[in-house]
Amino acid sequence: MAITFHIPSYLSAFAGNRNSVTLNTGPPTVGEALESLWQLHPGLRDRIVDEQGEVRQHINIFVGNECVRFTGGLATQVPKDAELLIVPAVSGGLAFPDEFDT
Amino acid sequence: MPSVQHVTARRGDTLVLVGTVKGLFVLRSNPARKRWDVGGPYSAGCPVYAAALDTRAGRNRLWWAQQSFRWGPSLLSSDDFGKTATSPETYSVKFPADAGWTLKNIWQICLGAADQPDVMYCGVEPSALFESHDAGQSWSMAQGLFNHPHRPKWTPGGGGQCLHTILPHPTDRKRMIVAMSTGGAYRTDDGGASWQPRNENIRAEFLPEKYPEFGQCVHKIAFNRSQPERLYLQNHWGLYRSDDFGNSWCDIANGVPSDFGFCMVVHPHDPEIAYIVPIEAPEFRCTPEGKLRVYRTRNGGRSWEPLTRGLPQKNALETVLRDGMAADALHPAGIYFGTRSGKFYGSNDEGKSWQLILEGLPAVVCVKAAVVGDGASGSAVSKSTKKAKAPVSKPRKKTKR
Repeated sequence: MAITFHIPSYLSAFAGNRNSVTLNTGPPTVGEALESLWQLHPGLRDRIVDEQGEVRQHINIFVGNECVRFTGGLATQVPKDAELLIVPAVSGGLAFPDEFDT
Repeated sequence: MPSVQHVTARRGDTLVLVGTVKGLFVLRSNPARKRWDVGGPYSAGCPVYAAALDTRAGRNRLWWAQQSFRWGPSLLSSDDFGKTATSPETYSVKFPADAGWTLKNIWQICLGAADQPDVMYCGVEPSALFESHDAGQSWSMAQGLFNHPHRPKWTPGGGGQCLHTILPHPTDRKRMIVAMSTGGAYRTDDGGASWQPRNENIRAEFLPEKYPEFGQCVHKIAFNRSQPERLYLQNHWGLYRSDDFGNSWCDIANGVPSDFGFCMVVHPHDPEIAYIVPIEAPEFRCTPEGKLRVYRTRNGGRSWEPLTRGLPQKNALETVLRDGMAADALHPAGIYFGTRSGKFYGSNDEGKSWQLILEGLPAVVCVKAAVVGDGASGSAVSKSTKKAKAPVSKPRKKTKR
């Protein structure tokens, strides 16, 4: 059993200049799979999750074609030989605070 | 991505760092400050609310904070004025996991005194202070302020709950004053173990109690390092001065078209002189009457005069934000500001005349100026021996506006 993470190009520098990382063990959940990924490539962690371990607002993680936001979040089960995609969200037109300031 | 330009700078050049909502620009000029080279944008696409040039201990290290809406806020540095940037593998400024908070933005990068060349501070959103004692390699959160019992009552303004001003006392290492929106000014006299609100006589128009102990929306505090007891404060309504490092404040809104505004800069060589850009009102955050006017006091706030030569005096509905103005430490001092509309102005004669240096920038949220190789701890460092005059006004009576 193995799972493969697909890494966005912006973050490949923090994954040994690779666009995918394969883990030869199959953690049962997305959260545990990410923890295994951080152990191999610690530079990915702060860029994908915040201090509380939550996936950043404008990043989506897919297991296959399903975004984990709709399948249980980090508790989503990872099936055998799954492919996990880390994808920057489509967030164009993001509104900044009206005044940028108080 | 946009084409990125780079500048090269030599000792004695002025460097102005212009942070915008779409990246950092680095402007360089020789001491005449008439022509400018432009580098950047660095961190293109990301808001840059904080920047600094560290010239202490022989460095010329550029620091800036990028607020990537995807990858989170982080601190970067460069030893070649931006050409190559160092981004630590793991973010250096972040809340401890057990604090229960998530960093939203870094609003201020502050350098310690010249004789503490490895000390740095960051002010962040949500309001907290971080410090480094190894020249920015590692950072820790100031627990005394983070655990302040007032914290639950600090509330975010339109820009977020940010700690935006950090003024370490240049000679007394145990003293520092910080400001946040909202919350107001807080001071420590014991090296950060405890913090007391320092908002006496500062009004809070948006609260039932107009002069509370804390909760004010202080927009900026500034000082001249040669006379650190004297502070100038631009409030969310109100201009104030303190002559006792924040123990008390007196109203100095004498002759300005509005006492609302964001930025406040003190002259680098004369603590009697300060600069502001009045804004009409919170409901209309533009320069009054469509005139872009910098106001200057030369007598500690007893009176203010408009500085307009070279600035548009009609159809100029501009906004200069809290960190949108800075001064360099040359003689005569250079004064610089950027607007939300992406214009960048500079004066090489202390404000007598102004030049539109750049336009078409993204909205400017941060301007910092420094002289390459001067060994000082950031912009606006004075070697003046000029003495300030006595207080010019008493605290205004606590009446409703």
